[in-house]
Amino acid sequence: MWLTRPFNERSTRLFLGILLAALALVTVLNLAVPAGHPLHVSTYTVTLLGKYLSYALLAVAVDLVWGYLGILSLGHGAFFALGGYAMGMYLMRQIGDRGTYGDPVLPDFMVFLDWDSLPWYWLGFDMPGIAFLMVLLAPGLLALVFGFLAFRSRVTGVYLSIITQAMTFALMLAFFRNEMGFGGNNGLTDFRELLGFDLRSDATRLGLFLATGIALALGYVLCRAIVASKLGRVSVACRDAEARTRFLGYRVERFQLFVFVVSAMLAGLAGALYVPQVGIINPSEFSPIFSIEVVLWVALGGRATLYGAVIGALLVNYAKTVFTGVMPDAWLFALGGMFVLVTVFLPKGIAGLLTYRFQNQRLTHRREGEGATTTTGRGVSA
Amino acid sequence: MSFIKSLADRERVFDFLVPAQSPVDVRHGPILYLEDVSVSFDGFKAIDDLNLTIDDGELRCIIGPNGAGKTTMMDIITGKTRPDSGSVWFGSRHDLLTLNEPEIASLGIGRKFQKPTVFEALTVFENLELAMAADKRILPTLTARLTGEGRDRIEEVLDTIGLVELRHASAGILSHGQKQWLEIGMLLMQRPRLLLVDEPVAGMTEQEMERTAELLTGLAGKGKQSVVVVEHDMGFVRSIARTVTVLHQGSVLAEGSMDRVSSDPKVIEVYLGAEAEEEVA
Repeated sequence: MWLTRPFNERSTRLFLGILLAALALVTVLNLAVPAGHPLHVSTYTVTLLGKYLSYALLAVAVDLVWGYLGILSLGHGAFFALGGYAMGMYLMRQIGDRGTYGDPVLPDFMVFLDWDSLPWYWLGFDMPGIAFLMVLLAPGLLALVFGFLAFRSRVTGVYLSIITQAMTFALMLAFFRNEMGFGGNNGLTDFRELLGFDLRSDATRLGLFLATGIALALGYVLCRAIVASKLGRVSVACRDAEARTRFLGYRVERFQLFVFVVSAMLAGLAGALYVPQVGIINPSEFSPIFSIEVVLWVALGGRATLYGAVIGALLVNYAKTVFTGVMPDAWLFALGGMFVLVTVFLPKGIAGLLTYRFQNQRLTHRREGEGATTTTGRGVSA
Repeated sequence: MSFIKSLADRERVFDFLVPAQSPVDVRHGPILYLEDVSVSFDGFKAIDDLNLTIDDGELRCIIGPNGAGKTTMMDIITGKTRPDSGSVWFGSRHDLLTLNEPEIASLGIGRKFQKPTVFEALTVFENLELAMAADKRILPTLTARLTGEGRDRIEEVLDTIGLVELRHASAGILSHGQKQWLEIGMLLMQRPRLLLVDEPVAGMTEQEMERTAELLTGLAGKGKQSVVVVEHDMGFVRSIARTVTVLHQGSVLAEGSMDRVSSDPKVIEVYLGAEAEEEVA
């Protein structure tokens, strides 16, 4: 089975091992260690970590298209936000008549705007099945239409990056408008329950953190499986020599579209897990700057490795939390500085440093063991 | 209804499981037939009333000065450029002007570019694997497993192009000549009927050139591939060519054996002469 192939890879097993161990450790430190103890992890921190993990899933999605397909998407924030809005709409419908205005169906902002019924696109979002399906379908459909038009016309490279920026910017402006019916400027907030669980309770917050961690693990395995398949090698071929791939008989635009849509759906899933943890979704998630920041995480962590994207997302966001707490004005300089340093000294990102060490060790090991056979460590996957 | 019947029929394999065979009809001799082809870019006539016939199993060299239309001709055959007029036939059944690039590639026309383009991030073996004739749609590609037969085919081609030892090396570390051979190997993986080879020996050492000549002459033959080589290097052309076509300003100036062509006064004037003068100077 192509989906189980990643489990044969050492890097995947190592990644999953570390991730699951970290999830377990945080759970234990949160539940079993009493508050006030220096090792106790507060629920606030758990939620913060959950937010980082959802960013990490977004970074994996971006690395799949950028690292392995060569498409620098500067608009993945749009897919993230769409998934977030789908989740937000479900959470809004769950509020029911407990809103400020007490309307049994309409969310507060619609009552405020004097609307008398739900717009058609809000119908069905009170049912979790439909809402969660839309978490994947809404970003997937946007990516399908956008990608179909772009790849069919063979728009790639810088031009594609620019139109993805334009796409997310246009969506941001649209979502700012009250008439769109997504809460305008304020977005969707004041959530109470998810599937009947109180979003403000500690147990739900820990559960959301764990769910995000597991979604990251599954998303990682899916991406790894794609990358390790022949389709992954075709993607790399499209990335490095598009015309050549076309002459080999592959419909390049279809492969691009497939990977792009999968990536957009993963980004949507990340957004859906992000929203209940931060408690709000508003149009600022569509801002072009955010999408660029995601690309920076991937670049810092190391492109085309997937785990590098996770490392980058976690490190940069941790640094952001620390910096914006200590000296908020310096954050952008720190981000820019990190980017420059990594580009100059670690062109393959932090992951490049790790694999370099690892391969050196292996090579020395092999030389000591059996003499000099220096093939690159990549086997052929059957 | 008949489809369901066909599923119950165990005598024969289902149609969709039969690998697509190249149904090229060469009973009438030629495998490639260009007639009265013209194309112009912004008023410049790149190809002007070109007529060319390649027989099945033939090894043909095409020479001509820069701007003679050699690359444009390749572009037209592979579907990259559409001619303004004329007709292009592959065998006597397929009108290439109605097909797009991937369709033409899957019919069995392989093209080797002037600059070697292999997938440098992948290994030699993986390069050949991607080039292998297979179902190249998305889902079959996602779930594809390398069969024993496929593996044998890759080993066979590795042997032909002399890169057996380097099968697990990444293609990026190969020498220029090795990349050219790998690219020819990638074409062979597709079991083409017609190979278009653009300047295969540019930038090669003397020994690499000899090996390439051996490789190309070994490939052409009845029941095997037909090979069309576009080349600048006259020494190389002399060493492999049976028939040579000279292009000039988008049409055929002369055609025949190397000796006949190189003694043709028109050819000497436009091409060989220019080179001879260069050699003198």
